[in-house]
Amino acid sequence: MLELSNDRSFDTAGGMETGNAGDMAALNLARLIAAAADVIAAHAEELTALDQAIGDGDHGLNMKRGFEAVRSEAEAFAAKPLPEALKAIGTKLVMTVGGASGPLFGTLFMALGKEISAAPDRANLTAAFGKAIEAVAARGKSQVGQKTMLDVLQPVHDALTAGKTGAEVADAADLAAKATVPMKALRGRASFLGDRSIGHMDAGARSTALLVRTVAQTIGKSA
Amino acid sequence: MSNVGIVIVSHSPLVAEGTADMVRQMVGNEVPLAWCGGNGHGGLGTNVEAIMGAIDKAWSEAGVAILVDLGGAETNSEMAVEMIGEPRSQKIIVCNAPIVEGAVMAATEASGGATLKEVVATARELSPS
Repeated sequence: MLELSNDRSFDTAGGMETGNAGDMAALNLARLIAAAADVIAAHAEELTALDQAIGDGDHGLNMKRGFEAVRSEAEAFAAKPLPEALKAIGTKLVMTVGGASGPLFGTLFMALGKEISAAPDRANLTAAFGKAIEAVAARGKSQVGQKTMLDVLQPVHDALTAGKTGAEVADAADLAAKATVPMKALRGRASFLGDRSIGHMDAGARSTALLVRTVAQTIGKSA
Repeated sequence: MSNVGIVIVSHSPLVAEGTADMVRQMVGNEVPLAWCGGNGHGGLGTNVEAIMGAIDKAWSEAGVAILVDLGGAETNSEMAVEMIGEPRSQKIIVCNAPIVEGAVMAATEASGGATLKEVVATARELSPS
């Protein structure tokens, strides 16, 4: 068991109460990996359908392959300190997801691992998440508003910064993913379509929102 | 070999191999050369592990220039360079250039013993941007 915090960092709805200092939100990383792999597998067809509309149609399959690869080594990852575990998970995603999503999601986890402490409190998590978003933006040469996963990551960071509960953070992620529907894609394969990319949700934004909700819920349950 | 190496990364293994074939026939064997393409599962795409392998194969102490096609090839190539890490990553540059013309021109420059900087500049001159 990894202790994610020793204070009120992860007070998700249905989980801990805000401000209940002293409660432990212990993170079972193996359980978190399993939950993430489950949610990606359950939504693989949906992600592929989203990607078929405006991308190259492999996002669901690619993400599923990557997260199953992470799942198959979940115990080894969980045995590491949190920073090293996240870096190793990121590397595994880079090598197994493929497409452009591999480096982007891989960079997110690798950068998070570089910045996070072994027992992060909310301030450390929020700061590390902010750095990880910068790394993803640099890797994809992208920024918020271009119909990418950044359009979910940034609102999630904002919600974390604002002290929202886990459930609120998850809701913010879903809303942000939906908000990519009317956007015009400016990066990635979807950008080749120009205005025709408008009217479809970005697949990477959707998978990011799914993962955010899973993390928020699983950490809540671990408490 | 002391000449700069060339790596070709395409979403399509056929394009990558064909481009490498053009380099070999038009420039010769004086340049370390490697190619990779495809997602590793039979489809179109690029793959970080394969790119790292190609960089190893074309490695030269003078450095390696990588020619890429579409966006994901560039992202994956930059990821591969980062994962190879220092000090070698300092001598690897991903070129913004048309893949076929860029590879042939870069290899031509490299075959004459040009530096990595010169090789990359030659390829980049072909880019419209």
